[in-house]
This record gives sequence, C-alpha cells and structure tokens, in this order.
Amino acid sequence: MSTDQEQPSLPDETGVPDPFQYMHPVLKENYGNWAYHDRLRPGVLHHVSHDGNEVWTVRAGTQRQMDVYTIRKLCDIGDEFAEGHVRFTTRSNIEFMLSTPDLIEPLIEKLTGEGFPVGGTGNSVSMISHTQGWLHCDIPGTDASGVVKSLMDDLHQEFIKEEMPNRVRITTSCCQVNCGGQGDIAINVQYTKPPKIDHDQVGNVCERPAVVARCPVAAIRPAMVNGKPSLEVDEKKCICCGACYPPCPPMQINGPESTKLAIWVGGKHSNARSKPTFHKLVAANVPNNPPHWPEVAEIVKTILYAYKENARDWERIGEWIERIGWPRFFELTGLAFTKHHLDTWHGARKSLNASTHIYF
Amino acid sequence: MAKDNGSTTASAKPKAKKNGSAKNGQHPTPLLDELEGGPWPSFVTGLKRLRESKGKQYAPMMNDLLGQLEHSYEERLGFWKGGTVGVFGYGGGVIPRFSEVAEKFPESKEFHTLRVQPPAGFHYTTDILRKLCDIWEEHGSGLIAFHGQSGDIMFQGCTTENTQKAFDALNEVGFDLGGAGAAMRTSMSCVGHARCEMSCYDEVRAHRSVINEFLDEMHRPALPYKFKFKFSGCPNDCVNAIHRSDFAVIGTWRDDMKVDQEEVKKYVGKVGRKYMIDNVIANCPTRSLSLNDDDTLEVDNKSCVRCMHCLNVMTKALSKGDDLGVSILIGGKRSLKIGDTMGTVIVPFMKMETDEDYEKLVEFAGEILEFFADNALDHERVGETIDRIGLPAFLEAMDIAPDPNMINHPRTSSYVRTDDFTEEAEKYFKRKAEEDEEGKKADGPGVSIAAE
Repeated sequence: MSTDQEQPSLPDETGVPDPFQYMHPVLKENYGNWAYHDRLRPGVLHHVSHDGNEVWTVRAGTQRQMDVYTIRKLCDIGDEFAEGHVRFTTRSNIEFMLSTPDLIEPLIEKLTGEGFPVGGTGNSVSMISHTQGWLHCDIPGTDASGVVKSLMDDLHQEFIKEEMPNRVRITTSCCQVNCGGQGDIAINVQYTKPPKIDHDQVGNVCERPAVVARCPVAAIRPAMVNGKPSLEVDEKKCICCGACYPPCPPMQINGPESTKLAIWVGGKHSNARSKPTFHKLVAANVPNNPPHWPEVAEIVKTILYAYKENARDWERIGEWIERIGWPRFFELTGLAFTKHHLDTWHGARKSLNASTHIYF
Repeated sequence: MAKDNGSTTASAKPKAKKNGSAKNGQHPTPLLDELEGGPWPSFVTGLKRLRESKGKQYAPMMNDLLGQLEHSYEERLGFWKGGTVGVFGYGGGVIPRFSEVAEKFPESKEFHTLRVQPPAGFHYTTDILRKLCDIWEEHGSGLIAFHGQSGDIMFQGCTTENTQKAFDALNEVGFDLGGAGAAMRTSMSCVGHARCEMSCYDEVRAHRSVINEFLDEMHRPALPYKFKFKFSGCPNDCVNAIHRSDFAVIGTWRDDMKVDQEEVKKYVGKVGRKYMIDNVIANCPTRSLSLNDDDTLEVDNKSCVRCMHCLNVMTKALSKGDDLGVSILIGGKRSLKIGDTMGTVIVPFMKMETDEDYEKLVEFAGEILEFFADNALDHERVGETIDRIGLPAFLEAMDIAPDPNMINHPRTSSYVRTDDFTEEAEKYFKRKAEEDEEGKKADGPGVSIAAE
C-alpha cells in the first residue's frame, strides 16, 4: 500500500488460527466421531471413536508462566512420545496424545522425572486458574504466580491422585475484578480501606467524570483540593472495591497491610446436576503474606479436607454445602460466621432464608 | 517463613554472596528463592534460567524483572503502570507496561505483553511452539504464558521498540493479536469434536466463523466495553462460558439421549444397585431417571434438561442424541459494576449442522454486537444493559419472542402494565401454531433416520 520504507507493513488479519494444521493425526481423523472415554489412572484419558480408533492422553501440570527452555523441553517430550503434537487445557495443563498405550508409562516416567506432575483429571484438584499479579498487572493486590506455586506445592498429591468426591477447581484473583473467575474455592484480593488519593495527580491523569461514573455506590464526587481539580471519596459510603483505581491510578487502593485476601467457596461452571453457581464468601481479612501465603493455604486445606471427608461422591463443594447446610459448613471448617457473610448488595433478599428449614 | 529470614539486611547479605550477585550484578531474590523448591514446576526457576542465558538480549531485562518482582514481594505492592503502545494498523492487543521503579530496574522499564489468539481448542505442533519460542527469544523476554484467562497466548515482556518486530514475526507464522480494552476479546473453545464424545457441535468452526467475522471489533476497539464469546461443546461448559462470557455458545441436543441397555446392565453389575441409585438415579436434577427391575434404565426424556451428570458417570452406556445444536446465553460477567451476572438463555436451541446453521450463528452474533454497540452506556457490559432496560425491551429490540426457557419462573411482582396481554397471548398462540407446522415438516427426515 505505502511505498514509505519507514512504515511497517499492515498486519495480515488472520484471526483465530486454524487448529487442524497442528492437531494430532488421530484427533483429526476422528474429529466429531468419538464414542466414549474412560480414565485408566489419574492423569490418563482413553478415548474410543465410533470406528474403534483409540487415543490415550497424558495430562501434566505446568507453571503456565513458562520460559522458552521449559517450552522446548516439553516440545522434546512431545517429539519423543506424541508425534510432535500437544495441546493445552483451559487450566494450563499440557496434554500429550498417544496412538499406542505402550508409551503411557515411559511418558509418565519422563514427565515426572523432568518435574511435570501427571494428573489433573477426574476427581482431582486441577491446576489453579492463574492471573497475572505483581509480575505483570498494573493494578494487582497480590501475586498470582506465587500463590499458585505455593498452593500447588501443598496440593500436589491431590493433583496426581483422584481422591476427591468430585473435581475441584480452585481460582485466584489479584483484585476484585476477579479475572480468575468462579471456583469451588476462590482466593481473591479483598481491599479493606478506601483509596488513598494523590490530589496533585488526579487532575492531570484521570478523566474525572468517567471515574465518578465507575463507582458502584456513587461515593466519588469531583472536588477542588488545594486549589487543584481532584476527586473525593465519601468514606462512609465507600465499599473499598477498587473500581476507581484502574481508570485513576492516583486513587491508590492497595496498601502493604490493607490489601487482604478473602476465601470464597461453591462456585461451579458446569450444568451437571445443579445449575451453575457463584462462589460465596467464607473468610476475609486473610493476610497477603508472600512468598508462601501460609494463612491462605491453611484455610484452603481445611475446607478441602472437610469436603474430602464429608461430601458424597459427585458432590461439588457447593453441592455438598447445599446438602449439609451452612451452619454445618462453618462448624466443620471452624471458620467464623459474621455479619459480613450477610449479603447487602442488590437482590440480597434472595440469599436470605425465608423458611423454617433450619439445621440443628 | 518471613520470620525465619530475620531482618532484610541480615538475610540479603549471605544470599547475595551465595548467588554471586556482587560479581555478575544479579539481584538477590531471597523471597522468590523460596518458590523454587516443592514438587510443582517453579516459574522462579524459569525466570532465573532466562536471566542466566549468556549472550541473550533478554538476560539483563530478566535480571531486572526478577529484581522488581522481589521488590514487590518485599513491599507487597505492584509497580507497573499502563500507557500507550501498539502495532501499526491495530488499536489494541498490546498491554503496555512501564515500570514505576525503573531507576532501580532500568532494563525492564518497558515490559509489554502481546496478547495473541490461540488456535481453536489450543492445539499445537512442537514445530510451531519452537517457532514461537525463537521469535520471543529474538524480540522479547523469553517468557510466554499458555494461556491467559481470556485464552490468549501471552508473550510477556517486550520493549516498545521491539513490539512491532515481535508482532510482525508472529504474524508471519500465522498468528494474530487478540483483544484488549473496549473491544471484542479473544475467545476460547473446548477440546470438543477433536477428542470428546460429549461435543454437540463443531466448536472449531463456530469459534473461527464468529471471531474471524468480527475481527475489526477486536483490532480497532470501538465498543462501549469488552465483549466476550466462549464456545463449549456441551453443558459441562469446560470453558466456563456462562459465567465468563457475554455470549455463551453451549452445545446441546433436542431429541432423546441414547441408552445402550446392555452397557447399563454391565455398569450396574460392576458398581452395584445402591451405587447406581445413589449416584446416578438420585442425582438427576429433574427426577427423569428410573432403574428398572431388570437393571435397565428408564429415561423421561421430556423432563431431561441435559445436565450431563448421568452421561459423565456412564460414559459408555449413555450418550447424546442426534438432533444437535446450541443454546445461547447472553450477559455473563464478573463484579463490575452491578455485581456478578450469569448469562441468560436467549436462544434455547439453534440447530448447528449445515453451513446455513453456522451462518445463522454468525449473523446472530453480529446482531447482538450491533445492539451492544448502539445501546450500551460507556463501560457497560451487555448483561448490564439488559438489566437496565429489562429483558422484554431487549427481546423486542432483537426481535426475539419470549420463551419460558428464558426464566426460572414467571414474575412474582404485580407491578406491570398488562393491558395488551390478550394481543401478546394471540401472538404466542400464532407462534406456537407456526412452530408445530415447522416441526411436522422437520420430523420428516428425523423419522427416516430413526428407521435406518
């Protein structure tokens, strides 16, 4: 188009790449023609097509944030065992497809030897959904990679085994935007103080009407502070959600002490049995304590093992609590029930018990 | 653990010596070092491998990146700010990051991310992965995430100067930038048809047809706010579409599920009747299952809502029907601003078989995007727009008839004006009559398939 040498060429707007050029040949040949599957052991899936074709999949955990050396190592393994094809799951596990079961054991041995745990299938604790955190986000309250690494170290046995009542999906999020999404157990930043405003900066950096509009409780209003146009926050109304911080960085919501973590349970994406559900708050004010976040790990493990011990087969965490009731959940986990568990947001009434269905 | 380290100065000294930081200028990272042990793969070890790559352009950058990350671990604060960085011809897809502590860590003062759309279903050859690694080794940091929460491959850590070069090289091997900001975002689809018997439509085709039709909305952000599509092959919803997308496409079927009674008997024989009753029959959310005295299964298909539970448990004995298509739910999102919303059923069933069916899906996606662009307020997700104007107004704007599958139950509030109820009821009966007529026609081929 342009003859100007300095100007870069216009992009080739190719969009979503065609996966068939990368797909394992057995998957490609049997596309849309699979009949059933079973699981031979944790981390290994076996799929059979209507024509009797078979494929074996070995799933392994990764650190998601991978250096090129790790990726190349996984490629070497893929070349040696899986005909040069791999895929990733939505939870950053890598999958190697095998045309023959003979390679399952050597592949598992290889992966385990190279430090990639094999598992994450069926009723296991799969890899924790992972956001960006201090490594790369512009508004994070905590680090995602560190929380995930610490917790997965702790839960490693639950990843490589299938001993939970049903699958467990844990999520993390570094701010209340909650990029990690809903989870059986969610570990999310929960701010505890209103934003600290740098009034010298607001007028220069922020589009003030947009910031005012962003607040869910209308607690922000334009103001002149020290002769400069700025914003002020009605701290009695402020719910410390941090919504004003991304559009206006001078409204610092994070603090080394005030940024806390909250634990939520009972989120579920699948439509299996019960309809999808949101996770619910069970613990707050948990310290944001790198590099191991031990207080978070303790609460997560308490919930996880109460579930493991008490839930029936196929019950997800939310379904288990639905059956035993919230009083028993707080009893079994030893977590405190407070006024902060009572919802006050729009539609809160729907979460209140308007019956005599009482658990004793 | 922090206690064990004692004071910062006390712990920094021996660590510095141990790491030889005085010699080669590597930042000591005592807190991050603690994340190198344990059985799970360590991102810290990976970052260190990058900074220790002799002669690589990214080694100094990754040393300062580790320094800044350690600084975050010490201070419990993030130190990145946004900005404006992009590639020629596009308005989005690059996430600019400038360090707020660049005076201490100058080599990683610019550390931008390129969001790159993955192949549908996340399939790769080792060959293409190696090419992506080579490109990122030449122009970026050597750090890649498979994948971000929207599904992007995230090439993390690029200078402003190298951003265009990195993109050109990625584009050259067939990859394109993803979405960021007020735009259509990168999409994801489950493994689906490629390796799953539950899959009810061609996810690759739907994903690529829809997203590639509206790339302009991704590359040149002009929407009121973000808009996400997600594609799950069945109601197990492995890509979390109902919670996490404005437009969730979920595979389903309309006819009877298939039961292989011999396999049912085998299964009952294996697990026992008690297990079968407790875990399959009793877990059916609409009480549609019953175990017969001869250990065969009776299914009330009219009450089945295709939750997938019994199919998940008895993968060999039970399977989906033949009349396949999708349900479309609109308006899922997380907290900002009105609170969490899940998608609402707007299209209970859209057949997904022929070329025309897939074209219809793309057309419908376009209509919703257009509605969103025309009607949403600034920074409002489509679910919030629907909440603000009410579902009836949305349906009217979209020319979609109300359907009882859209609700859990009819309204409980009497605060509604109903003087045109009779006319609306007439429309309903007329619609039903037309549907019955179409149904009779559609039954034709269905009968012949069943007779095969």
